[in-house]
Amino acid sequence: MQKLIASVTSRLVISIPYLWLLVFFLIPFIIVFKISLSEVAMAIPPYTPVVDITAGIKSVFNSISQFSWDNYVWLVEDPLYYKAYISSLVIAIVSTFLTLIIGYPIAYGMARAPATIRPTLLMLVILPFWTSFLIRVYAWIGILKPEGLLNQFLMWANVIDTPLNILNTNTAIFIGIVYSYLPFLVLPIYSALEKMDYSLVEAAEDLGCTPLMAFWKITFPLSMPGVIAGCFLVFIPATGEFVIPDLLGGSSTLMIGKTLWSEFFSNRDWPVSSAVAVILLLLLVVPIVLFQRSEAKAQESEK
Amino acid sequence: MNTTWSRFNIASLVLGFAFLYLPIVLLVIYSFNESRLVTVWAGFSTKWYTSLFNNQAFIDAAWVTIRVGLISATFATILGTLGALAMTRYTRFRGRMLFSAMIYAPLVMPEVITGLSLLLLFVAIGLDRGILTVTLAHITFSMCFVAVVVQSRLVTFDRSLEEAAMDLGATPVTTFFKVTLPVILPAVVSGWMLAFTLSLDDLVISSFTSGPGATTLPMRIYSQVRLGVTPEINAACTILIAIVAVGVIIASIANKRREVNRARDEQAAARN
Repeated sequence: MQKLIASVTSRLVISIPYLWLLVFFLIPFIIVFKISLSEVAMAIPPYTPVVDITAGIKSVFNSISQFSWDNYVWLVEDPLYYKAYISSLVIAIVSTFLTLIIGYPIAYGMARAPATIRPTLLMLVILPFWTSFLIRVYAWIGILKPEGLLNQFLMWANVIDTPLNILNTNTAIFIGIVYSYLPFLVLPIYSALEKMDYSLVEAAEDLGCTPLMAFWKITFPLSMPGVIAGCFLVFIPATGEFVIPDLLGGSSTLMIGKTLWSEFFSNRDWPVSSAVAVILLLLLVVPIVLFQRSEAKAQESEK
Repeated sequence: MNTTWSRFNIASLVLGFAFLYLPIVLLVIYSFNESRLVTVWAGFSTKWYTSLFNNQAFIDAAWVTIRVGLISATFATILGTLGALAMTRYTRFRGRMLFSAMIYAPLVMPEVITGLSLLLLFVAIGLDRGILTVTLAHITFSMCFVAVVVQSRLVTFDRSLEEAAMDLGATPVTTFFKVTLPVILPAVVSGWMLAFTLSLDDLVISSFTSGPGATTLPMRIYSQVRLGVTPEINAACTILIAIVAVGVIIASIANKRREVNRARDEQAAARN
Protein backbone atom coordinates (compact mmCIF):
# COMPACT_ATOMS: atom_id res chain seq x y z
CA MET A 1 0.00 0.00 0.00
CA GLN A 2 2.74 2.43 1.01
CA LYS A 3 4.61 1.57 -2.18
CA LEU A 4 1.54 2.38 -4.24
CA ILE A 5 1.14 5.78 -2.54
CA ALA A 6 4.83 6.49 -3.06
CA SER A 7 4.65 5.67 -6.74
CA VAL A 8 1.50 7.75 -7.28
CA THR A 9 3.11 10.70 -5.45
CA SER A 10 6.30 10.47 -7.45
CA ARG A 11 4.32 10.41 -10.70
CA LEU A 12 2.41 13.51 -9.68
CA VAL A 13 5.53 15.36 -8.54
CA ILE A 14 7.14 14.75 -11.91
CA SER A 15 4.17 15.07 -14.22
CA ILE A 16 2.61 18.33 -12.97
CA PRO A 17 5.59 20.62 -13.69
CA TYR A 18 6.50 18.48 -16.71
CA LEU A 19 3.10 18.91 -18.35
CA TRP A 20 3.04 22.61 -17.53
CA LEU A 21 6.38 23.16 -19.27
CA LEU A 22 5.37 21.00 -22.22
CA VAL A 23 2.19 23.01 -22.77
CA PHE A 24 3.56 26.50 -22.05
CA PHE A 25 7.17 26.18 -23.15
CA LEU A 26 7.71 23.42 -25.73
CA ILE A 27 4.43 23.39 -27.68
CA PRO A 28 4.54 27.19 -28.22
CA PHE A 29 7.82 26.72 -30.12
CA ILE A 30 6.17 24.22 -32.41
CA ILE A 31 3.39 26.74 -33.04
CA VAL A 32 5.98 29.46 -33.76
CA PHE A 33 7.61 27.17 -36.31
CA LYS A 34 4.24 26.36 -37.89
CA ILE A 35 3.27 30.03 -38.21
CA SER A 36 6.68 30.91 -39.62
CA LEU A 37 5.64 28.77 -42.62
CA SER A 38 2.38 30.68 -43.09
CA GLU A 39 1.62 33.87 -44.97
CA VAL A 40 0.51 37.17 -43.53
CA ALA A 41 -3.19 37.91 -44.05
CA MET A 42 -5.69 40.63 -43.20
CA ALA A 43 -7.65 38.47 -40.80
CA ILE A 44 -7.92 37.37 -37.20
CA PRO A 45 -5.52 35.70 -36.51
CA PRO A 46 -3.45 37.62 -39.09
CA TYR A 47 -1.95 34.69 -40.99
CA THR A 48 -3.01 31.96 -43.39
CA PRO A 49 -3.52 29.00 -43.55
CA VAL A 50 -5.11 28.45 -40.16
CA VAL A 51 -4.85 24.76 -39.29
CA ASP A 52 -8.17 23.63 -37.84
CA ILE A 53 -7.91 20.15 -36.37
CA THR A 54 -11.66 19.93 -35.78
CA ALA A 55 -12.30 20.21 -39.53
CA GLY A 56 -10.90 16.74 -40.19
CA ILE A 57 -7.67 15.19 -41.41
CA LYS A 58 -8.20 16.21 -45.00
CA SER A 59 -8.40 19.90 -44.27
CA VAL A 60 -5.31 19.68 -42.03
CA PHE A 61 -3.34 18.14 -44.89
CA ASN A 62 -4.75 20.73 -47.23
CA SER A 63 -3.49 23.53 -44.97
CA ILE A 64 -0.11 21.86 -44.57
CA SER A 65 0.29 21.74 -48.34
CA GLN A 66 -0.07 25.54 -48.33
CA PHE A 67 2.95 25.94 -46.01
CA SER A 68 5.93 27.57 -47.64
CA TRP A 69 9.48 28.60 -46.83
CA ASP A 70 8.85 32.05 -48.35
CA ASN A 71 9.45 33.88 -45.07
CA TYR A 72 12.87 32.27 -44.69
CA VAL A 73 13.78 33.09 -48.30
CA TRP A 74 12.72 36.66 -47.52
CA LEU A 75 14.96 36.75 -44.43
CA VAL A 76 17.94 35.57 -46.46
CA GLU A 77 17.35 37.91 -49.37
CA ASP A 78 16.76 41.09 -47.39
CA PRO A 79 20.18 42.23 -46.06
CA LEU A 80 18.44 44.07 -43.19
CA TYR A 81 17.80 40.79 -41.38
CA TYR A 82 21.15 39.07 -41.62
CA LYS A 83 22.87 42.36 -40.76
CA ALA A 84 20.67 42.52 -37.66
CA TYR A 85 21.61 38.95 -36.69
CA ILE A 86 25.32 39.61 -37.17
CA SER A 87 25.30 42.91 -35.33
CA SER A 88 23.33 41.34 -32.43
CA LEU A 89 25.93 38.59 -32.12
CA VAL A 90 28.82 41.08 -32.31
CA ILE A 91 27.24 43.41 -29.75
CA ALA A 92 26.51 40.44 -27.44
CA ILE A 93 30.07 39.07 -27.73
CA VAL A 94 31.73 42.46 -27.14
CA SER A 95 29.51 43.28 -24.19
CA THR A 96 29.98 39.81 -22.64
CA PHE A 97 33.74 40.40 -22.85
CA LEU A 98 33.42 43.88 -21.30
CA THR A 99 31.18 42.49 -18.54
CA LEU A 100 33.81 39.83 -17.81
CA ILE A 101 36.61 42.41 -17.59
CA ILE A 102 34.59 44.58 -15.20
CA GLY A 103 32.89 41.75 -13.30
CA TYR A 104 35.87 39.49 -12.61
CA PRO A 105 37.74 41.95 -10.35
CA ILE A 106 34.52 42.57 -8.41
CA ALA A 107 33.96 38.83 -7.89
CA TYR A 108 37.62 38.40 -6.97
CA GLY A 109 37.52 41.28 -4.49
CA MET A 110 34.39 39.79 -2.89
CA ALA A 111 35.91 36.32 -2.60
CA ARG A 112 39.08 37.70 -1.00
CA ALA A 113 37.20 39.99 1.38
CA PRO A 114 37.05 39.06 5.10
CA ALA A 115 34.47 36.29 5.62
CA THR A 116 32.42 38.49 7.95
CA ILE A 117 31.53 41.10 5.32
CA ARG A 118 31.09 38.65 2.43
CA PRO A 119 27.33 38.10 2.99
CA THR A 120 26.80 41.88 2.95
CA LEU A 121 28.78 42.25 -0.27
CA LEU A 122 26.81 39.39 -1.78
CA MET A 123 23.54 41.10 -0.90
CA LEU A 124 24.82 44.37 -2.39
CA VAL A 125 25.48 42.62 -5.70
CA ILE A 126 22.11 40.87 -5.72
CA LEU A 127 20.05 43.92 -4.69
CA PRO A 128 20.22 45.77 -8.06
CA PHE A 129 19.15 42.53 -9.72
CA TRP A 130 15.89 42.74 -7.77
CA THR A 131 15.35 46.24 -9.10
CA SER A 132 13.45 46.45 -12.34
CA PHE A 133 15.46 45.95 -15.49
CA LEU A 134 13.47 48.69 -17.22
CA ILE A 135 14.18 51.16 -14.41
CA ARG A 136 17.90 50.45 -14.48
CA VAL A 137 18.06 51.00 -18.23
CA TYR A 138 15.90 54.11 -17.93
CA ALA A 139 18.25 55.55 -15.30
CA TRP A 140 21.02 55.64 -17.91
CA ILE A 141 19.05 57.84 -20.30
CA GLY A 142 19.23 60.75 -17.87
CA ILE A 143 22.95 60.16 -17.38
CA LEU A 144 24.02 59.73 -21.00
CA LYS A 145 21.87 62.40 -22.67
CA PRO A 146 23.78 65.26 -24.38
CA GLU A 147 22.58 67.59 -21.60
CA GLY A 148 22.69 64.71 -19.12
CA LEU A 149 24.53 64.28 -15.85
CA LEU A 150 27.68 62.68 -17.28
CA ASN A 151 28.24 65.51 -19.75
CA GLN A 152 27.43 68.13 -17.11
CA PHE A 153 30.01 66.54 -14.83
CA LEU A 154 32.71 66.23 -17.50
CA MET A 155 32.19 69.83 -18.65
CA TRP A 156 32.23 71.08 -15.07
CA ALA A 157 35.50 69.20 -14.52
CA ASN A 158 36.87 70.78 -17.71
CA VAL A 159 37.57 67.41 -19.29
CA ILE A 160 35.55 68.27 -22.38
CA ASP A 161 34.24 71.46 -23.99
CA THR A 162 31.38 70.12 -26.06
CA PRO A 163 28.94 67.43 -24.87
CA LEU A 164 29.76 63.88 -25.86
CA ASN A 165 27.18 62.11 -27.94
CA ILE A 166 26.77 58.77 -26.18
CA LEU A 167 23.03 58.17 -26.03
CA ASN A 168 21.66 56.50 -29.19
CA THR A 169 25.01 54.94 -30.08
CA ASN A 170 26.39 51.43 -29.68
CA THR A 171 28.50 52.67 -26.73
CA ALA A 172 25.27 53.32 -24.84
CA ILE A 173 24.11 49.78 -25.63
CA PHE A 174 27.39 48.33 -24.31
CA ILE A 175 27.03 50.36 -21.11
CA GLY A 176 23.41 49.24 -20.76
CA ILE A 177 24.18 45.54 -21.23
CA VAL A 178 27.24 45.57 -18.94
CA TYR A 179 25.27 47.39 -16.28
CA SER A 180 22.15 45.22 -16.46
CA TYR A 181 23.87 41.86 -16.67
CA LEU A 182 26.81 42.44 -14.31
CA PRO A 183 25.31 40.53 -11.33
CA PHE A 184 24.67 37.49 -13.58
CA LEU A 185 28.40 37.27 -14.23
CA VAL A 186 29.72 38.26 -10.80
CA LEU A 187 27.66 35.68 -8.86
CA PRO A 188 28.83 32.43 -10.57
CA ILE A 189 32.47 33.61 -10.64
CA TYR A 190 32.24 34.56 -6.96
CA SER A 191 30.84 31.16 -6.00
CA ALA A 192 33.64 29.44 -7.94
CA LEU A 193 36.34 31.63 -6.35
CA GLU A 194 34.91 31.33 -2.86
CA LYS A 195 35.17 27.53 -2.94
CA MET A 196 38.77 27.71 -4.14
CA ASP A 197 41.58 26.60 -1.87
CA TYR A 198 43.74 29.72 -1.54
CA SER A 199 46.69 27.78 -0.15
CA LEU A 200 47.37 26.63 -3.73
CA VAL A 201 48.19 30.22 -4.68
CA GLU A 202 50.35 30.64 -1.59
CA ALA A 203 52.22 27.46 -2.48
CA ALA A 204 52.84 28.75 -5.99
CA GLU A 205 54.10 32.08 -4.65
CA ASP A 206 56.37 30.30 -2.17
CA LEU A 207 57.80 28.39 -5.11
CA GLY A 208 58.68 31.66 -6.84
CA CYS A 209 55.60 32.54 -8.89
CA THR A 210 54.80 36.24 -9.18
CA PRO A 211 51.27 37.10 -7.95
CA LEU A 212 50.18 37.75 -11.53
CA MET A 213 51.57 34.40 -12.73
CA ALA A 214 49.95 32.58 -9.81
CA PHE A 215 46.64 34.21 -10.66
CA TRP A 216 46.89 33.27 -14.32
CA LYS A 217 48.09 29.68 -13.71
CA ILE A 218 45.95 28.75 -10.70
CA THR A 219 43.14 31.12 -9.75
CA PHE A 220 41.80 31.81 -13.22
CA PRO A 221 41.66 28.16 -14.41
CA LEU A 222 39.95 27.15 -11.16
CA SER A 223 37.30 29.84 -11.63
CA MET A 224 36.64 28.70 -15.21
CA PRO A 225 33.28 26.93 -14.48
CA GLY A 226 31.97 30.18 -13.01
CA VAL A 227 33.35 32.23 -15.91
CA ILE A 228 31.69 29.93 -18.47
CA ALA A 229 28.31 29.88 -16.71
CA GLY A 230 28.43 33.66 -16.25
CA CYS A 231 29.34 34.35 -19.87
CA PHE A 232 26.40 32.24 -21.10
CA LEU A 233 24.06 34.01 -18.69
CA VAL A 234 25.10 37.32 -20.27
CA PHE A 235 25.62 36.34 -23.91
CA ILE A 236 22.41 34.40 -24.63
CA PRO A 237 19.82 36.92 -23.37
CA ALA A 238 21.90 39.87 -24.62
CA THR A 239 21.72 38.54 -28.19
CA GLY A 240 17.93 38.81 -28.19
CA GLU A 241 17.81 41.93 -26.03
CA PHE A 242 15.03 44.40 -26.85
CA VAL A 243 14.73 46.99 -24.07
CA ILE A 244 18.36 48.14 -24.08
CA PRO A 245 18.76 48.75 -27.84
CA ASP A 246 15.30 50.29 -27.96
CA LEU A 247 15.86 52.82 -25.18
CA LEU A 248 19.61 53.46 -25.39
CA GLY A 249 20.41 52.63 -29.03
CA GLY A 250 19.83 54.89 -32.00
CA SER A 251 17.70 54.46 -35.07
CA SER A 252 20.71 53.01 -36.92
CA THR A 253 21.24 50.31 -34.30
CA LEU A 254 20.31 46.91 -35.68
CA MET A 255 19.52 44.26 -33.12
CA ILE A 256 17.39 41.27 -33.86
CA GLY A 257 15.21 41.56 -30.75
CA LYS A 258 14.22 45.05 -31.89
CA THR A 259 13.59 43.80 -35.45
CA LEU A 260 11.32 41.03 -34.14
CA TRP A 261 9.44 43.49 -31.94
CA SER A 262 8.80 45.96 -34.76
CA GLU A 263 7.82 43.21 -37.22
CA PHE A 264 5.29 42.06 -34.67
CA PHE A 265 3.94 45.29 -33.18
CA SER A 266 4.43 47.83 -36.00
CA ASN A 267 4.14 45.74 -39.17
CA ARG A 268 1.76 43.19 -37.62
CA ASP A 269 3.56 40.54 -39.64
CA TRP A 270 3.28 37.49 -37.37
CA PRO A 271 4.72 34.95 -39.84
CA VAL A 272 7.91 36.95 -40.50
CA SER A 273 8.44 37.66 -36.80
CA SER A 274 8.00 33.92 -36.15
CA ALA A 275 10.63 33.13 -38.78
CA VAL A 276 12.96 35.71 -37.17
CA ALA A 277 12.40 33.97 -33.82
CA VAL A 278 13.07 30.50 -35.27
CA ILE A 279 16.41 31.57 -36.77
CA LEU A 280 17.40 33.38 -33.55
CA LEU A 281 16.61 30.20 -31.63
CA LEU A 282 18.71 28.13 -34.04
CA LEU A 283 21.64 30.51 -33.53
CA LEU A 284 21.29 30.23 -29.77
CA VAL A 285 20.53 26.52 -29.50
CA VAL A 286 24.20 25.50 -29.17
CA PRO A 287 25.01 28.02 -26.41
CA ILE A 288 21.75 27.13 -24.62
CA VAL A 289 22.55 23.39 -24.67
CA LEU A 290 26.10 24.08 -23.46
CA PHE A 291 24.74 26.28 -20.67
CA GLN A 292 22.23 23.65 -19.62
CA ARG A 293 24.97 20.97 -19.59
CA SER A 294 27.29 23.09 -17.46
CA GLU A 295 24.48 23.87 -15.00
CA ALA A 296 23.45 20.20 -14.75
CA LYS A 297 27.09 19.22 -14.22
CA ALA A 298 27.54 21.82 -11.47
CA GLN A 299 24.37 20.53 -9.82
CA GLU A 300 25.64 16.92 -9.96
CA SER A 301 29.02 17.78 -8.47
CA GLU A 302 27.37 19.39 -5.44
CA LYS A 303 25.64 16.16 -4.43
CA MET B 1 48.35 38.64 2.11
CA ASN B 2 50.09 40.98 -0.29
CA THR B 3 49.05 44.58 0.40
CA THR B 4 49.04 45.76 -3.23
CA TRP B 5 46.59 43.01 -4.04
CA SER B 6 44.21 43.89 -1.26
CA ARG B 7 44.37 47.57 -2.26
CA PHE B 8 43.46 46.46 -5.77
CA ASN B 9 40.60 44.40 -4.35
CA ILE B 10 39.19 47.29 -2.37
CA ALA B 11 39.47 49.62 -5.36
CA SER B 12 37.66 47.19 -7.66
CA LEU B 13 34.89 46.67 -5.10
CA VAL B 14 34.41 50.40 -4.50
CA LEU B 15 34.37 51.20 -8.23
CA GLY B 16 32.15 48.20 -8.98
CA PHE B 17 29.55 49.12 -6.38
CA ALA B 18 29.68 52.78 -7.40
CA PHE B 19 28.91 51.69 -10.96
CA LEU B 20 26.05 49.47 -9.78
CA TYR B 21 24.44 51.98 -7.45
CA LEU B 22 25.16 55.48 -8.79
CA PRO B 23 22.54 55.39 -11.58
CA ILE B 24 19.84 54.19 -9.17
CA VAL B 25 20.80 56.77 -6.54
CA LEU B 26 20.72 59.58 -9.11
CA LEU B 27 17.32 58.42 -10.33
CA VAL B 28 15.94 58.50 -6.79
CA ILE B 29 17.45 61.94 -6.08
CA TYR B 30 16.02 63.48 -9.24
CA SER B 31 12.54 62.15 -8.45
CA PHE B 32 12.48 64.84 -5.74
CA ASN B 33 13.45 67.55 -8.21
CA GLU B 34 11.28 70.65 -8.40
CA SER B 35 12.00 71.23 -12.09
CA ARG B 36 10.29 69.42 -14.93
CA LEU B 37 13.72 69.13 -16.58
CA VAL B 38 15.07 65.93 -15.14
CA THR B 39 18.73 66.87 -15.34
CA VAL B 40 18.60 70.37 -13.82
CA TRP B 41 18.32 70.51 -10.04
CA ALA B 42 15.87 73.21 -8.91
CA GLY B 43 15.19 72.32 -5.32
CA PHE B 44 13.44 69.65 -3.27
CA SER B 45 9.83 68.80 -3.98
CA THR B 46 7.47 65.87 -3.62
CA LYS B 47 5.01 67.21 -6.18
CA TRP B 48 5.75 64.44 -8.67
CA TYR B 49 4.63 61.87 -6.13
CA THR B 50 1.39 63.79 -5.62
CA SER B 51 0.77 63.99 -9.34
CA LEU B 52 1.59 60.29 -9.63
CA PHE B 53 -1.00 59.35 -7.03
CA ASN B 54 -3.56 61.41 -8.93
CA ASN B 55 -2.77 59.58 -12.16
CA GLN B 56 -5.50 56.97 -12.48
CA ALA B 57 -3.77 55.13 -15.34
CA PHE B 58 -0.73 54.51 -13.12
CA ILE B 59 -2.84 53.39 -10.17
CA ASP B 60 -4.80 50.94 -12.35
CA ALA B 61 -1.58 49.56 -13.83
CA ALA B 62 -0.13 49.15 -10.33
CA TRP B 63 -3.15 47.09 -9.24
CA VAL B 64 -2.92 44.86 -12.30
CA THR B 65 0.81 44.36 -11.65
CA ILE B 66 0.33 43.48 -7.99
CA ARG B 67 -2.50 41.02 -8.71
CA VAL B 68 -0.56 39.30 -11.48
CA GLY B 69 2.56 39.25 -9.30
CA LEU B 70 0.89 37.69 -6.24
CA ILE B 71 -0.97 35.00 -8.17
CA SER B 72 1.84 34.11 -10.56
CA ALA B 73 4.49 34.02 -7.81
CA THR B 74 2.36 31.65 -5.72
CA PHE B 75 1.70 29.23 -8.58
CA ALA B 76 5.29 29.50 -9.80
CA THR B 77 6.53 28.61 -6.31
CA ILE B 78 4.34 25.50 -6.14
CA LEU B 79 5.25 24.34 -9.64
CA GLY B 80 8.91 25.28 -9.26
CA THR B 81 9.23 23.41 -5.95
CA LEU B 82 7.63 20.33 -7.52
CA GLY B 83 10.06 20.68 -10.43
CA ALA B 84 13.03 20.93 -8.07
CA LEU B 85 11.82 17.82 -6.18
CA ALA B 86 11.45 15.94 -9.47
CA MET B 87 14.98 16.93 -10.51
CA THR B 88 16.69 16.00 -7.25
CA ARG B 89 14.61 13.12 -5.86
CA TYR B 90 13.89 11.14 -9.00
CA THR B 91 17.09 10.92 -10.95
CA ARG B 92 15.74 8.36 -13.39
CA PHE B 93 12.53 8.88 -15.30
CA ARG B 94 11.62 8.93 -18.93
CA GLY B 95 12.35 12.27 -20.56
CA ARG B 96 14.49 13.61 -17.71
CA MET B 97 16.89 15.19 -20.21
CA LEU B 98 14.02 17.10 -21.81
CA PHE B 99 12.70 18.09 -18.40
CA SER B 100 16.03 19.51 -17.27
CA ALA B 101 16.39 21.33 -20.60
CA MET B 102 12.94 22.89 -20.13
CA ILE B 103 13.89 24.02 -16.61
CA TYR B 104 17.18 25.67 -17.60
CA ALA B 105 16.36 27.05 -21.07
CA PRO B 106 13.83 29.70 -19.91
CA LEU B 107 16.52 31.22 -17.64
CA VAL B 108 18.48 32.44 -20.64
CA MET B 109 15.84 32.44 -23.40
CA PRO B 110 15.55 35.89 -25.00
CA GLU B 111 12.28 37.37 -23.78
CA VAL B 112 11.08 38.29 -27.27
CA ILE B 113 11.05 34.58 -28.20
CA THR B 114 9.24 33.47 -25.03
CA GLY B 115 6.72 36.29 -25.38
CA LEU B 116 5.98 35.65 -29.05
CA SER B 117 5.67 31.88 -28.61
CA LEU B 118 3.30 32.19 -25.64
CA LEU B 119 1.14 34.69 -27.49
CA LEU B 120 0.87 32.38 -30.50
CA LEU B 121 -0.12 29.53 -28.16
CA PHE B 122 -2.87 31.64 -26.58
CA VAL B 123 -4.15 32.64 -30.02
CA ALA B 124 -4.05 29.01 -31.20
CA ILE B 125 -6.13 27.75 -28.28
CA GLY B 126 -8.48 30.73 -28.53
CA LEU B 127 -7.72 32.25 -25.12
CA ASP B 128 -8.58 35.96 -24.97
CA ARG B 129 -5.59 38.11 -24.07
CA GLY B 130 -5.85 39.75 -20.67
CA ILE B 131 -4.82 39.33 -17.06
CA LEU B 132 -5.16 35.54 -17.27
CA THR B 133 -2.75 35.16 -20.19
CA VAL B 134 -0.18 37.50 -18.59
CA THR B 135 -0.40 35.49 -15.37
CA LEU B 136 0.05 32.16 -17.18
CA ALA B 137 3.09 33.56 -19.01
CA HIS B 138 4.64 34.86 -15.79
CA ILE B 139 4.09 31.53 -14.01
CA THR B 140 5.88 29.73 -16.81
CA PHE B 141 9.12 31.70 -16.85
CA SER B 142 9.36 32.37 -13.13
CA MET B 143 8.73 28.75 -12.06
CA CYS B 144 12.07 27.83 -13.61
CA PHE B 145 13.89 30.40 -11.47
CA VAL B 146 12.11 29.03 -8.38
CA ALA B 147 13.07 25.48 -9.39
CA VAL B 148 16.76 26.41 -9.62
CA VAL B 149 16.75 28.24 -6.26
CA VAL B 150 14.94 25.40 -4.42
CA GLN B 151 17.01 22.75 -6.15
CA SER B 152 20.28 24.23 -4.89
CA ARG B 153 18.92 23.88 -1.35
CA LEU B 154 17.57 20.35 -1.92
CA VAL B 155 20.88 18.90 -3.14
CA THR B 156 22.54 19.69 0.20
CA PHE B 157 19.60 18.25 2.16
CA ASP B 158 20.24 15.23 4.39
CA ARG B 159 17.97 12.58 2.90
CA SER B 160 18.27 10.23 5.87
CA LEU B 161 15.78 12.48 7.70
CA GLU B 162 13.17 11.79 5.05
CA GLU B 163 13.97 8.09 5.04
CA ALA B 164 13.60 7.95 8.83
CA ALA B 165 10.16 9.58 8.61
CA MET B 166 9.07 7.15 5.91
CA ASP B 167 10.37 4.17 7.92
CA LEU B 168 8.26 5.35 10.82
CA GLY B 169 5.22 5.13 8.57
CA ALA B 170 4.76 8.66 7.26
CA THR B 171 3.40 8.98 3.72
CA PRO B 172 5.54 10.86 1.18
CA VAL B 173 3.15 13.82 1.43
CA THR B 174 3.32 13.96 5.25
CA THR B 175 7.09 13.55 5.08
CA PHE B 176 7.31 16.48 2.69
CA PHE B 177 5.22 18.82 4.84
CA LYS B 178 6.66 17.73 8.22
CA VAL B 179 10.31 17.15 7.35
CA THR B 180 11.38 18.50 3.98
CA LEU B 181 9.43 21.75 3.71
CA PRO B 182 10.52 23.23 7.08
CA VAL B 183 14.16 22.73 6.08
CA ILE B 184 13.89 24.11 2.56
CA LEU B 185 11.45 26.89 3.55
CA PRO B 186 14.00 29.76 3.31
CA ALA B 187 14.75 28.71 -0.29
CA VAL B 188 11.04 28.41 -1.09
CA VAL B 189 10.39 31.87 0.36
CA SER B 190 13.24 33.46 -1.58
CA GLY B 191 11.99 31.61 -4.66
CA TRP B 192 8.58 33.22 -4.14
CA MET B 193 10.13 36.65 -3.75
CA LEU B 194 12.23 36.18 -6.85
CA ALA B 195 9.16 35.10 -8.82
CA PHE B 196 7.22 38.10 -7.52
CA THR B 197 9.89 40.62 -8.50
CA LEU B 198 10.40 38.96 -11.89
CA SER B 199 6.69 39.36 -12.51
CA LEU B 200 6.73 42.93 -11.18
CA ASP B 201 9.57 43.86 -13.56
CA ASP B 202 8.63 42.09 -16.73
CA LEU B 203 7.97 44.27 -19.76
CA VAL B 204 8.60 42.24 -22.90
CA ILE B 205 6.65 39.05 -22.13
CA SER B 206 3.76 41.07 -20.68
CA SER B 207 3.60 43.27 -23.79
CA PHE B 208 3.22 40.24 -26.02
CA THR B 209 0.70 38.37 -23.90
CA SER B 210 -1.48 41.15 -22.49
CA GLY B 211 -4.65 42.58 -23.96
CA PRO B 212 -6.95 45.51 -23.36
CA GLY B 213 -7.44 46.30 -19.68
CA ALA B 214 -4.35 44.38 -18.62
CA THR B 215 -1.67 47.07 -18.82
CA THR B 216 1.02 46.40 -16.23
CA LEU B 217 3.14 49.07 -14.54
CA PRO B 218 6.30 48.38 -16.60
CA MET B 219 4.20 48.63 -19.78
CA ARG B 220 2.81 51.98 -18.61
CA ILE B 221 6.30 53.22 -17.64
CA TYR B 222 7.71 52.06 -20.98
CA SER B 223 5.11 53.90 -23.03
CA GLN B 224 5.83 57.06 -20.99
CA VAL B 225 9.60 56.66 -21.31
CA ARG B 226 9.28 56.53 -25.09
CA LEU B 227 7.79 60.02 -24.92
CA GLY B 228 10.70 61.30 -22.84
CA VAL B 229 12.24 61.29 -19.38
CA THR B 230 9.98 62.92 -16.80
CA PRO B 231 10.27 63.31 -13.00
CA GLU B 232 6.93 61.51 -12.68
CA ILE B 233 8.50 58.30 -14.05
CA ASN B 234 11.41 58.81 -11.67
CA ALA B 235 8.89 58.94 -8.83
CA ALA B 236 7.16 55.76 -10.02
CA CYS B 237 10.53 54.01 -10.32
CA THR B 238 11.55 55.19 -6.83
CA ILE B 239 8.38 53.69 -5.33
CA LEU B 240 9.07 50.35 -7.06
CA ILE B 241 12.69 50.39 -5.87
CA ALA B 242 11.59 51.21 -2.32
CA ILE B 243 9.09 48.31 -2.25
CA VAL B 244 11.72 45.84 -3.43
CA ALA B 245 14.44 47.18 -1.13
CA VAL B 246 12.18 47.01 1.94
CA GLY B 247 11.13 43.45 1.00
CA VAL B 248 14.70 42.26 0.54
CA ILE B 249 15.89 43.89 3.78
CA ILE B 250 13.01 42.40 5.80
CA ALA B 251 13.73 38.97 4.31
CA SER B 252 17.42 39.15 5.13
CA ILE B 253 16.75 40.32 8.70
CA ALA B 254 14.28 37.45 9.16
CA ASN B 255 16.88 35.06 7.79
CA LYS B 256 19.53 36.36 10.18
CA ARG B 257 17.19 36.12 13.16
CA ARG B 258 16.38 32.52 12.25
CA GLU B 259 20.09 31.71 12.09
CA VAL B 260 20.70 33.33 15.48
CA ASN B 261 17.79 31.36 16.96
CA ARG B 262 19.10 28.14 15.48
CA ALA B 263 22.57 28.78 16.88
CA ARG B 264 21.03 29.45 20.31
CA ASP B 265 18.95 26.26 20.13
CA GLU B 266 21.99 24.26 19.17
CA GLN B 267 23.96 25.69 22.09
CA ALA B 268 21.10 24.92 24.46
CA ALA B 269 20.91 21.38 23.12
CA ALA B 270 24.65 20.93 23.59
CA ARG B 271 24.45 22.08 27.22
CA ASN B 272 21.70 19.61 28.12
